[in-house]
Amino acid sequence: MKSFLRNEAVRFILFSVMILALPALLAGGYLLNVFVFVGIHTLLAVALNLLLGYAGQISLGQAAFFGLGAYASGILTATYGQNPWWVMVAVALTVGLLAFLVGFPILKLKGHYLAMATLGFGIIVYIALNEAVDLTGGPSGLPGIPNLTVGSYVFDSDLKNYYLIWGVTLGAILLSLNLVNSRIGRGLRAIHDSEVAARVMGIRVRLLKVQIFALSAVISSIAGSLYAHTMTFVSPTSFGFNFSVELVTMVIIGGLGSIYGSFLGAALLTLLPEMLRAFQDYDIVVYGFLLIVMTMFMPGGLVRGVPELARRLLARGEKGRADA
Amino acid sequence: MLEVSGITQRFGGVTALDDVSFRIGAGTITGIIGPNGAGKTTLFNIVTGIYTPTSGAVHLEGKNVTRQAPERLAAQGMVRTFQNIELFGRMTVLENVMVGLHTKGRSGIIASALRLPWQIAEERRLREEARHWLDFAGISDLADIEAGNLPFGKGRLLEIARAMALQPKVLLMDEPAAGLNSRETLELARLIGKICEAGVTVALVEHDMELVMDICEAIVVLNLGRKLAEGTPREIQENPDVIAAYLGEG
Amino acid sequence: MNLVQQLSQYILSGLSTGAIYALIGVGFAIIHNATGIINFAQGEFVMLGGMLTFFFFSALKVPLLLAVALATGVSTMAGVVFERLAIRPLKNATPINLVIITIGGSILIRGIAMLLLGKDTHSLPTFSGDEPIMLGGATVLPQHLWIFAVTLVVIVCSKLFFSHTISGKAMRACSYNRRAAGLVGIDVRRMVLFSFTISAAMGSMAGIIIAPLTMTSYDVGVMLGLKGFCAAIIGGMSSGLGTVFGGLILGVLEALGAGLFSSGYKDAIAFIILLLILFIRPQGLFRRGESERV
Repeated sequence: MKSFLRNEAVRFILFSVMILALPALLAGGYLLNVFVFVGIHTLLAVALNLLLGYAGQISLGQAAFFGLGAYASGILTATYGQNPWWVMVAVALTVGLLAFLVGFPILKLKGHYLAMATLGFGIIVYIALNEAVDLTGGPSGLPGIPNLTVGSYVFDSDLKNYYLIWGVTLGAILLSLNLVNSRIGRGLRAIHDSEVAARVMGIRVRLLKVQIFALSAVISSIAGSLYAHTMTFVSPTSFGFNFSVELVTMVIIGGLGSIYGSFLGAALLTLLPEMLRAFQDYDIVVYGFLLIVMTMFMPGGLVRGVPELARRLLARGEKGRADA
Repeated sequence: MLEVSGITQRFGGVTALDDVSFRIGAGTITGIIGPNGAGKTTLFNIVTGIYTPTSGAVHLEGKNVTRQAPERLAAQGMVRTFQNIELFGRMTVLENVMVGLHTKGRSGIIASALRLPWQIAEERRLREEARHWLDFAGISDLADIEAGNLPFGKGRLLEIARAMALQPKVLLMDEPAAGLNSRETLELARLIGKICEAGVTVALVEHDMELVMDICEAIVVLNLGRKLAEGTPREIQENPDVIAAYLGEG
Repeated sequence: MNLVQQLSQYILSGLSTGAIYALIGVGFAIIHNATGIINFAQGEFVMLGGMLTFFFFSALKVPLLLAVALATGVSTMAGVVFERLAIRPLKNATPINLVIITIGGSILIRGIAMLLLGKDTHSLPTFSGDEPIMLGGATVLPQHLWIFAVTLVVIVCSKLFFSHTISGKAMRACSYNRRAAGLVGIDVRRMVLFSFTISAAMGSMAGIIIAPLTMTSYDVGVMLGLKGFCAAIIGGMSSGLGTVFGGLILGVLEALGAGLFSSGYKDAIAFIILLLILFIRPQGLFRRGESERV
């Protein structure tokens, strides 16, 4: 058991070192900017993974919490000049409370009905962001959101934002790792395997589901606030149905129930469009195709699929040598 | 200890249970038998709160617990195992038992995410307690194996260890011997005896008549949703209605 | 125009969009009942119907009726190909993976349509002129009548198919219990293929008859598909009258909401209704609750 704990800690430290050293390799430039988004997407994917990968509850409306966080931060700081740090915390708690309240009726549903209800919630929020023009600026977006500052230090470059966002994301990863290896995490995984068996074990399934839904909303809202202050501009298109789908895809392609898998999924799906630029208009086709193929051939996601593939290739290589 | 009175359950037009009443004494082992389709599993599902009965009541230690949710019943000591063992397949054997200790822990999301000192202490306590129950069921050597990879017989033992972790007052076992070979059944019988000695009232639905007659002090016979007979193993074996029901089926 | 006239106008246009939602919703329900899958690509067949009709009619100068037939045929083929390539090869896929695969399919179909048919928004001519017909104070376009007529014919045909043909009965058997249907010798995989064929055909027809009124482009499928799903949920996933009424109710409420309150929130209305129904009566408006067996 002790070696396992040490192992988990070692893995986290290695991962953190890799992330913190990455900007040195990228030497500024365009890719650094992409990795800022990988950070935000990882944060969102980890939040969704707690719900989808561990508790087994799908949400096709995560973009709504992300959007609410981004817009509330944007409006309160840009329009009303409030302190962004306090706003970020207050907004995250409010969004969490909203998710908690909405969660009770929504998480009573299962399977496709749950997918549809969360999707509906997401679309309602998306429409509200578009239509409440006085507050949000409507489809043309909300400009002039200030960068975050600490004293006179302004987070106004890709490098600074990289460390800011990855600092938060690494923190969230650490807390999530703790959580999934605890009493709560075991409860979530039990719900995933069999809700009836979990209830018979005395787990208050509904409450736990709603709590984790609210937690994922809080983290998503923080991701939204960070996004708003990094971009200094938000518009509704970033928070629609497509983005919710993209987040679910990140979690599944990375690997359900694996925190590091969420990073892999987020990194792949954020880098992919950049790589597919060469395909121009074909990118959407390639994207849809990859989605189908990866789900068909790697149903366990990258974290399980890639080692499996490597093992198979290695075995074939050895066989090849033996034959020769 | 456990009293079932006038339970009726209808699914659409089908009456699965019709006015079934009986009483299970504290510290006893009671067998519930009957041909297939007699309503035994339905009865367990009602008693443990998974189904809401159409009418009737369930009392635990004199307290009316009808229509209470399974998780509340579990916390009050009404615990069960399943016919097709319901293990948490992607967790280790030890973790499975620790899920059984869920109600014995207090730490919530925040304490767990931050690893507060008392949460760490609680985890350690739960882990030790879980090891105790693995030991009780004689499977401590399997602690770190993923439960989904266990052979069926060991899975059955794990399910019992996990149920015992809740420190039940009443343990309801749904066909615990199903799928076990004769050696494993013997092991099971010994374990059930041990559970009873620990002061737990046991009720089991079972098809293995030898096992039932061997370990049960009282037997309730269901047939086609009705209670057919009730009594000691000897009385049941000599009951003409019971013999007719079983012969009629076979 | 007085209020009564206005209301009847809203209701009328609501009924015609509602009929479209109904057609799409029935397609959803047919696949769901035969396979347990919620086909998120359903809306893309609707899009294909409209876009392909435009393509055959405007680009290839085929007569409208033939263009409609060709478009329906090609969209249906798309449904068959999708089932063959993405659904049939799956074994033991989890529901979540199935959701992702149908979403991937919808993105793929949308992308191919965009590449082949372009990103522009197109309009189709109405089937029989634009001369409005007065009907009790409200004006009806001939296209509205086409919509009602086609919907009625399709629904009646599917009803007849399900209750009077062997294949239809076999599909119903699959919806009650797939394993048992397989055991009594029904070729379940063929029924799954059937269900995709039928609902792709229905979806594309819906897309064709609505296109002259609303314009069409490669990305209209998402919203229409989701609305169709709402209709199916209201109807309790019935492949018959429940979903038809669900669609009509949804269409009318949406039109009234848009007309009387705010057109910007029109799309939100459908989803608010969806949420309310899911919260209060998840088994749909018209179905009695059944106690679930574990």
